[in-house]
Amino acid sequence: MIGADVMGTIWYWLVAAMLVAYVVLDGFDIGAGIIHLFIAKSDLDRQMILRSIGPVWDGNEVWLIAGGGTLYFAFPLLYASAFSGFYLAFIIVLWLLILRGLGIELRMHLDVRVWREFFDGCFAISSALLAIILGAALANVIRGVPLGDDSYFFLPLWTNWQAGPNPGILDWYTVIGGLVALVALTVHGSLFVALKVEGALHDRTVRLVRALWPALVAITIVSLVSTVWVRRSMLENYTHYPVALTIPVLVMASLSGIPVYCRSGRVRAAFRCSCLYLTFMLVGAAAGLYPTMLPSTTDSARDITIARAISGRYALSAGLSWWTLGIVIAIGYFVFVYRMFAGKVRVTPSPSTDATN
Amino acid sequence: MDALILHRIQFAFTITYHYLFPQLTMGMALLIVVLKTLAVRTNRRVYHDSARFWARIFGVNFVLGVATGVPMEFQFGTNWSQFSRATGGVIGQPLAMEGVFSFFLESAFLGLFLYGERRLSKWGHWWAAFLVFLGSWISGFFIIVTDAWMQHPVAYSLLPNGRFELTSFTGLLLNPWALLQYAHNMGGAVVTGAFVMSATGAFYLLEDRFVDYGRLFLRVGVTAGLIFSVLQIFPTGDLHGKYLAKHQPAVMAGMEGLFKSERGAPIVLVGQPDEERQRIDNPIAVNRVLSFLIYGSTAAEVKGLNEFPKENWPANIPLLYYSYHIMAGLGTWFVLLMGVAELLLWRDRLFGARWLLWPIFLSFPLPYIANTAGWMTAEIGRQPWLIYGLLRTEHGASKYVSGGNALFTLLGFMGLYAVLSLLFVLLVFGEIHRGPGIGSAADVESGVPVSNA
Ligand code: HDD
Ligand code: HEM
Ligand code: HEM
Repeated sequence: MIGADVMGTIWYWLVAAMLVAYVVLDGFDIGAGIIHLFIAKSDLDRQMILRSIGPVWDGNEVWLIAGGGTLYFAFPLLYASAFSGFYLAFIIVLWLLILRGLGIELRMHLDVRVWREFFDGCFAISSALLAIILGAALANVIRGVPLGDDSYFFLPLWTNWQAGPNPGILDWYTVIGGLVALVALTVHGSLFVALKVEGALHDRTVRLVRALWPALVAITIVSLVSTVWVRRSMLENYTHYPVALTIPVLVMASLSGIPVYCRSGRVRAAFRCSCLYLTFMLVGAAAGLYPTMLPSTTDSARDITIARAISGRYALSAGLSWWTLGIVIAIGYFVFVYRMFAGKVRVTPSPSTDATN
Repeated sequence: MDALILHRIQFAFTITYHYLFPQLTMGMALLIVVLKTLAVRTNRRVYHDSARFWARIFGVNFVLGVATGVPMEFQFGTNWSQFSRATGGVIGQPLAMEGVFSFFLESAFLGLFLYGERRLSKWGHWWAAFLVFLGSWISGFFIIVTDAWMQHPVAYSLLPNGRFELTSFTGLLLNPWALLQYAHNMGGAVVTGAFVMSATGAFYLLEDRFVDYGRLFLRVGVTAGLIFSVLQIFPTGDLHGKYLAKHQPAVMAGMEGLFKSERGAPIVLVGQPDEERQRIDNPIAVNRVLSFLIYGSTAAEVKGLNEFPKENWPANIPLLYYSYHIMAGLGTWFVLLMGVAELLLWRDRLFGARWLLWPIFLSFPLPYIANTAGWMTAEIGRQPWLIYGLLRTEHGASKYVSGGNALFTLLGFMGLYAVLSLLFVLLVFGEIHRGPGIGSAADVESGVPVSNA
């Protein structure tokens, strides 16, 4: 029989793993959305970018939905508190997800220029804002929120931009988090697009990655330093378990792989580095927080910890069986679908037969 | 305005809107499997083209279903945080399972189904269609399990801190209420699919365009429409009513507008409930039928609202009463319409019968109304409870989300969904206007977005 602590730890990391899968997978859809307006020089380019993510974006987004469901199931207290506390930000995320989906799916349905440009705009703007808000959301969790005795809180979108005891969702620190996500996902998406297309478009995206790379390094360092500044306790786990110190090293190592592989033309390896970079950043945050899930800015006795948020034992052990089964099957689908749509995207210049009305 | 009422309106609005899309997805998925099976077995072009035509409409519909479904998953937390905190350990389970077991499945195979036709073998493509169907029906199951637990909580224990804990996994998934609700609800979805298909067929015949396809759509649509409309009334609707009388008698009384207990209670076909005077105005009623329907005996006593303390009465009796009567009334119309159509089909006279093609064509919105009314019956009937008998709605809402914030997001959803409606209508009518038989198997050479070639 698994003890309560171990059960909590297992589910903490399972939920974290689902969120990592979401960021790594949907991250490149978002990145492709951010760049497609200015990197595409023609409608053909734009179609190539859209087709590179077309068959997979919806499945990628399911990691968010399934992750959210799993969070609700395993840690109801956290789900309830965080979602109502970040109310406006979450609802805005939902609106952006709607706009993003429409942007990808509906543009090709009518062969009318105004229609296409409208959805291209939706897609680009919603992707960029999504990246920023997701990054800011993670930063909010690290900075902490003013939890009340009842474990609830409510944050306005912004107050005085200070990361003090009564912050808003946006303050200087969470804005940095948003910028990290914006730059990181732009790089990530560009690498994915570079992987899927050829010719001039490919070269332009690789150049973009190389141009953005110094900014990514700079902002990563700024964010790591300011994280320690805002939440000293993040260091505790690292001093307790020095193994964890490998994580920042791995972050930097994977980051430095990106330009090296780009220069030698090995885009696939560069893309893998970018996946690893995102993974290690998130794992680093999760390792620093553990066993807290949402810290309080006012009194650490009010922190929402794993032990406080966890569901009943019976439900969780039943969950462990179906979750494992379900995720193994889901990974099977992913491998199958990515195989089916592997290789470079090609678009024939004539508009597709049924894009006219 | 009070925050609670705004949370309720927002949830009701977004879920009602969301369900406009899945009902067609789930119903049409089944019919597409039927068309696909015919196509693979006979290899006739009209079947292949028809399967592709409906797949295109399915694709647009699916996109809207996904776009409006994602907010649902998160609104439990944003707007109903006290409810989520209390129930996560129980109904978080089916919700998470829905994501893990059905959304992955659906999203993976939809792309293959829509664009894999050239690359997959004939049967491979059939399997893709079947798996999309399976995914959408599994998704329906888990969400119904969630809802059924709120209607009829089972397999739980209530902890002193107000949280619910699961005590039996199979007990939750095999909640008898859920199985019944699932059967009735999925039947309703097929009715929607069948009516949309037959209405399109009728439209083509009335217009004298795509006549071969129109006939096929009518044959498949009318037959499925008749079978599932009958199933909606008997056994599933009938059983639902009996179940309700047993477990939620106050709701039953409200649905029927029965203010006082009665032996040999009549069924009211038309009439307006008058809460002040506690009676039905202008009733057209058939004596003893209600007692018979519920208990199988014309003399049995049916409990009226007077047996229950007023604070446990369903919160909005007139709306509950009308929702229920609209659903049941339309259900009767569906059986009549499809019954006559099937008869003519069998006699080979349907395709020329313009007088009947017109009502078939005009009836396509009605199953949407019936399904919505059915859900309103279930959900409004449940009020004032969020979890029947255990948690009141006012104790479920988010504590610190103010009315102003809730109104802001409600208005936002309304605006956004108004735009979605326009786009959807434009695209679907475009597809129907363009008709089947144009273009061929779509191309997977390059990955194409999920819904368009
Ligand atoms: C095309 C759709 C459709 C049609 C024709 C009918 N229903 Fe229905 N009904 C539904 C679609 C639906 C639904 C949308 O599927 C509901 C809502 C909740 C649920 O599980 O199923 C439902 C719920 C529902 C309930 C449960 C309400 C509650 O839980 O409080 C009852 C008692 C009935 N129905 C009874 C009937 C009867 C007697 C019908 C026949 C005349 C009928 N329905 C036709
Ligand atoms: C598609 C079908 C559904 C429709 C049309 C529907 C409709 C409604 C309506 C009209 C209300 C408002 C009732 C009121 O406040 O007076 C409501 C409330 C609610 N429903 Fe449903 N519902 C559906 C499915 C579900 C499902 C599947 C669930 C659970 C998983 C659910 C959970 C809730 C909750 C939590 C509320 C808010 C609390 C409340 O007002 O009771 N609904 N729904
Ligand atoms: C509160 C209740 C509900 C929640 C939380 C919810 C959640 C969701 C989510 C997150 C999606 C998007 C999945 C994706 O990205 O692939 C979705 C789509 C879907 N939902 Fe809902 N849903 C609710 C009500 C319902 C009901 C009542 C049904 C049917 C009985 C239903 C059936 C479906 C189906 C079949 C889809 C697939 C997409 C489509 O068919 O358009 N949902 N839902």
